[in-house]
Amino acid sequence: MVSAALEFEPDAAIAAPGGAPAGARLDVQGVSHGYVLNKAILPVLHDITLHANPGDFIALLGASGCGKSTLLRLVAGLDRPRRGRLQVDGVEITRPDPSRVIMFQDPTLFPWRTVWNNAALGLEARGELKHGRARVDEVLSLVGLDNFHHAYPHQLSGGMAQRAALARALVNDPRLLLLDEPLGKLDSLTRLTMQGEITRLWQQRGFTVLMVTHDVEEALHMAQRVIVFSERPARIRADLQVDLPYPRRRDDPELLRLRREALGLLGLESSW
Amino acid sequence: MSAIAGVNPATTHELFVLDEDVPRPTPLLGFAGLAWFAAATLVLAWPDVQEVERTELLGTLAAGIGGLLLLTWTVGWIVPSLARLGSHWAAWLVVLAVWLSAWEVVTAKLDALPLPFFASPQAFLEVYTDDYARLFDCLWRSMFLHAKGYVIGSALGFVSGVALGMSTRIGYWVHPVLRLIGPLPATAWIPLAFFIFPSSASASVFLIGLACWFPTTVLTWSGVSAVSTAYYDVARTLGASQRFLVLKVAIPAALPHVFVGLFMGLGSSFAVLVVAEMLGVKAGLGWYLQWAQGWAAYANMYADLFIMALMCSTMITLLFRLRDRLLAWQKGLVQW
Repeated sequence: MVSAALEFEPDAAIAAPGGAPAGARLDVQGVSHGYVLNKAILPVLHDITLHANPGDFIALLGASGCGKSTLLRLVAGLDRPRRGRLQVDGVEITRPDPSRVIMFQDPTLFPWRTVWNNAALGLEARGELKHGRARVDEVLSLVGLDNFHHAYPHQLSGGMAQRAALARALVNDPRLLLLDEPLGKLDSLTRLTMQGEITRLWQQRGFTVLMVTHDVEEALHMAQRVIVFSERPARIRADLQVDLPYPRRRDDPELLRLRREALGLLGLESSW
Repeated sequence: MSAIAGVNPATTHELFVLDEDVPRPTPLLGFAGLAWFAAATLVLAWPDVQEVERTELLGTLAAGIGGLLLLTWTVGWIVPSLARLGSHWAAWLVVLAVWLSAWEVVTAKLDALPLPFFASPQAFLEVYTDDYARLFDCLWRSMFLHAKGYVIGSALGFVSGVALGMSTRIGYWVHPVLRLIGPLPATAWIPLAFFIFPSSASASVFLIGLACWFPTTVLTWSGVSAVSTAYYDVARTLGASQRFLVLKVAIPAALPHVFVGLFMGLGSSFAVLVVAEMLGVKAGLGWYLQWAQGWAAYANMYADLFIMALMCSTMITLLFRLRDRLLAWQKGLVQW
């Protein structure tokens, strides 16, 4: 199942009401990046090339600190790469844009805002709140926070805070959702629930998802493609296709086989 | 609503009110009322040795307080909030009645302490009944002067703190000035300020403003610098402008620090206010203190100090109220 060549599939994205595909197409071409550390450049990403079709769900799997999150920041437009090109729908990424929303491991909700006001952040920042109030209500209801509009972040549990962060992202109708270990700090039960919910939202909305994780099972359970990264500086080691229908069973033999393969690629075959 | 503060909304969808015992007035409150009646009796029945006036007024006031406390104790059986308030302060009220009696005995009744340093309660009271107009005028002038300096100084401090935190170019110019001039106590400028400024009032406004400018600037600056970059990242990906980042991210996130700065500024500006009024300004509570000392009117000084303490304490309380309102989102501060 390791496909070295990345083939392009026909555009299977769900169409948005406007007619354009709901998901964005992403092209990462020969991207290398590094950070300045003690006057030397610490290489983080090495010659990464990857393509995502509109509506794809791709997981980036690798050990902690290997540089997956850096790639996400580059795609978000928060940093510029030292080498290589990143394009969304054929347009160069030069700055952050609300169509590419990133969700971090920490919910990073603004503690001085209520849940509702946090979710409304993007609309408010772009001056669209006047017409978007119903949209905020709708998205909060979608993530199950109907009764918590007026709660402050410190009153929320970890899972609810992460739901609020998800609502804050979804309000902007992102075409590309960037998830940086969004479930990494949740307890294992909440984690399983949220995995299902994010997958369901992705299926409903049809946006493209790029999700960083170091959890092999999570990657295989949620994504259509799992890209395995090497240790720092990160290179793409393998691109695993997960051709299984949703909702997936965690004990599916194919999933277990892929799990063994992915762990092997990460150098952890003995832990099987 | 206070019953649900701290309850994690994740654990319950139903809001429930915790059962709380209805407060009853403590017997100590009734005792405090009796203690004040005892103090009143002591004041009125024991003949004064010192030549003092207002003995009757003092006795009446003490009796009035005693009556009020007994009334509170009685009504407290019906009104729980009154019972809670009265019960909380009951011990203090007893001690105050004892203290007033002791003070009265060693001064007016026995003349055991040297005059004029140790004024009797009657003398203290007399200052308010005879000199209230002047005191009120002084209080008003002090507050007005202080408000002008404090508002200007802390507003400038807030602006320069935000600028320092957000812009390296402004920081280049402001930072050295802040480092050199800020730590210098504002009182050191007094001789120069009274010479440079056209009036002693404008000089005082400058000094008071300077005194609160420094802490407000430094704390606002540190607050803005401490804002997590993740907040900026989130706001930027959602399409926030630079203006939005300053007004809706940096400033709200820095507010807890800003209030520490405003609090410290308030403290140092009081010091400058009093010193400026003692040295140059011809009105105000600081001036009154100096003036009363000139003719050894110690009772007037105590009375003035008491008003000063009330003024400063009230300002601090108001600042804290404002903080509690604006920072209601902070953990542990939620109260509504």
